[in-house]
Amino acid sequence: MTSVKVKLKQNDIDKIKEICAAHNYEPGELINVLHQTQEYFGYLPAEIQEVISWELNVSAAKVYGVVTFYSYFTMTPKGRYPVSVCTGTACYVRGAENVLEEIKKQLDLQVGETSDDGKYSLSCLRCVGACGLAPVVLVGDKTYGRVAPDDVKGIIDEYKDKD
Amino acid sequence: MDTIKLTIDQQELEVPAGTTIYHAAKKLGIDIPVLCYMELEDWNIENKPGGCRICVVEVEGRHNLAPSCSTECKDGMVVKTNTPRVMNARRTVMEFILSDHPKDCLTCPKSGSCDLQDMAVRLGVREIPNEDIAEISTYRLDTSPAIIRDIDKCIMCRRCETMCNDVQTVGALSAINRGFESVVTPAFEMNLEASPCTYCGQCVAVCPTAALTEKDYTAEVIRALSDPEKTVIVQTAPAVRAALGEEFGMEAGSLVTGKMVSALRKLGFDKVFDTDFAADLTIIEEGAEILDRLKRSANGDENVRLPILTSCCPGWVNFFEYHFPNLKDIPSSARSPQQMFGSVAKTYFAEKMNVKRENMVVVSVMPCLAKKYESQRDEFKVDNNPDVDYSISTRELAHLMKQANMNLNKLPDEDFDKPLGESTGAGVIFGTTGGVIEAATRTAYELYTGKSLNEKVTFEQLRGWEGIRKAEVDFDGFTLKIGIAHGLGNARKLLEEIEEGKSTYHAIEIMACPGGCIGGGGQPLHHGNASILKKRSEAIYREDAGKKIRKSHENPYIKELYEEYLGEPLGEKAHQLLHTKYFDRSTKRQFKI
Ligand code: SF4
Ligand code: SF4
Ligand code: SF4
Ligand code: FES
Ligand code: FES
Repeated sequence: MTSVKVKLKQNDIDKIKEICAAHNYEPGELINVLHQTQEYFGYLPAEIQEVISWELNVSAAKVYGVVTFYSYFTMTPKGRYPVSVCTGTACYVRGAENVLEEIKKQLDLQVGETSDDGKYSLSCLRCVGACGLAPVVLVGDKTYGRVAPDDVKGIIDEYKDKD
Repeated sequence: MDTIKLTIDQQELEVPAGTTIYHAAKKLGIDIPVLCYMELEDWNIENKPGGCRICVVEVEGRHNLAPSCSTECKDGMVVKTNTPRVMNARRTVMEFILSDHPKDCLTCPKSGSCDLQDMAVRLGVREIPNEDIAEISTYRLDTSPAIIRDIDKCIMCRRCETMCNDVQTVGALSAINRGFESVVTPAFEMNLEASPCTYCGQCVAVCPTAALTEKDYTAEVIRALSDPEKTVIVQTAPAVRAALGEEFGMEAGSLVTGKMVSALRKLGFDKVFDTDFAADLTIIEEGAEILDRLKRSANGDENVRLPILTSCCPGWVNFFEYHFPNLKDIPSSARSPQQMFGSVAKTYFAEKMNVKRENMVVVSVMPCLAKKYESQRDEFKVDNNPDVDYSISTRELAHLMKQANMNLNKLPDEDFDKPLGESTGAGVIFGTTGGVIEAATRTAYELYTGKSLNEKVTFEQLRGWEGIRKAEVDFDGFTLKIGIAHGLGNARKLLEEIEEGKSTYHAIEIMACPGGCIGGGGQPLHHGNASILKKRSEAIYREDAGKKIRKSHENPYIKELYEEYLGEPLGEKAHQLLHTKYFDRSTKRQFKI
């Protein structure tokens, strides 16, 4: 899994410790702790996993094992404009795969990656509940429906001049 | 106890409740193939992920096949282990496993002793139909001084995880990712060298494939042997002689000391010496240290820390340096026998032979992978020249002999060279759990009480197979309390007691590997048969019983070494050559908090 190196600040560490404490430092709560921590920080770099490993007394290897097993967890921060492609059944059937390929090409990113300038990130989602609009692409909170590969460039252009 | 009646392949039998189909079949002599499943009975070590499905059987009334290793017997069950459906399913499972496995068997380091290869042969796999849809992963090779990880060959049996996490409680490894991409690695896919790994090699000892193998130094040894400038000497650890025979088809527990010596001589080593000599030396130093600490503590010296812990196992040293750095001044400062041998060889013996340090090559044959790492530690180098140049495993020695057209069975018995080849029974038993502390007790008793043990040198209370043992030895009115642990998980329990101030022992022996060195990560593979280890241990005690001298301090060449060169135990020279210090390696963590 691609990752970034970060330096945690003391209040970040305190926040992680707080989450672990709220789960009674139970090793069995690992997944929930990871979940909540990612919700707060947006991603789970190795440094954060190390802290959780200490606090819950679970080996760092195990923590990393869980993070890489569930596609929900990510070790890279989301971009300022996170691009998500729904690959739920309806979207898949209506060609989400081709749309995804086009986005990969346009952004020069693989799924799970964030661009070096931190602007875009790319992920896949399960059904987002808008099957009528399939295939669906999200950029941040904005939803784009019935997206064809040819539309991709136009969508991305909307964000070109923003930072 | 509740029992259950069932039928397997038309044979009826009764088994205790909770028995798996696999074990029930075994009772009937039916050997259902297993791949991920592994058990080491004597230590309650079991790896049962139920993941590979090689072990499937047909159970009447159940629509799908059942994995026999993880399915319990039920009353009235009718099981069939060899129907066409079962055999087909097994082969299909195998074909699937092989579909994303590299196909370089011919040049693979595990070839010939690989469980996966054996299974493919046994199940008669002749083609791999799914090959085109499978992706062979391409992880990088991870090379450490002791272990090589080639995890493209990982079949996710997760045996290594069981050993590293459950048995050793080291926590260096975990399964990551899913599907074809899933493998077992250290955290963040860091190198083993950056992880908490102790190099105990227990993962290597159970890995069915070449995903985990030892770093092989046989080529370097051959090069040294063929260099006319070099004087190449070899030392062999006690546990090697009790296991090497297995590599040549001999029964487990065969003692091959004399044959091993003649093999090494034929390979071209200039001197064939014995690590047992250095084990005797260890006892002199460690024994003196134990008595010194006991005396000082009896005199009310507050700075003395008890219990004293043995320090001859480098896997264990790595473990406490990483996991218990706050206890690093408790273990004896005595170096391991391998390293004592190296430093004596490259000083005392090199001077005796008139050989320059840089022209002497010291090879050691060890049951252990951690010794490979140990020999490369900076503390054991002089001007960047290591005291021990190459540490090879029992398996590597067997490979070397086979390459040199040697069959152990057909070799004559020969004796070790003098002076560093002379040893006592005390040195021999270092190879099995309880042996180091028994050897130390033989010497410490006589030094402490001033009385002779005469022929009563065996201390049965120190022997045995339980993971943690407690024993007391009467030192003429003073009761010496001894603890023994083998396997790092057991060691951890004793260390936690010490941390909590609850430990009442005077001395504790710790060995990283279950069974001690006879179960080391460099020994012939046991393929899950723990009874092999017991036989090796018995062989070690047999060798001890047959020795004329059985107490380290009576080894005449050890006496000579002190008289001619070292001076007093714990003296200045002894300190410089035979002792070491330990480091806090918890800082080796990549991410400091
Ligand atoms: S690990 Fe076993 S099956 Fe795999 S390539 Fe090596 S010998 Fe062959
Ligand atoms: S050598 Fe020992 S400590 Fe290292 S990964 Fe293997 S089992 Fe774990
Ligand atoms: S590395 Fe070896 S022991 Fe560990 S899961 Fe893979 S194949 Fe099994
Ligand atoms: S499948 Fe994409 S929105 Fe439902
Ligand atoms: S041996 Fe039973 S599932 Fe692998």
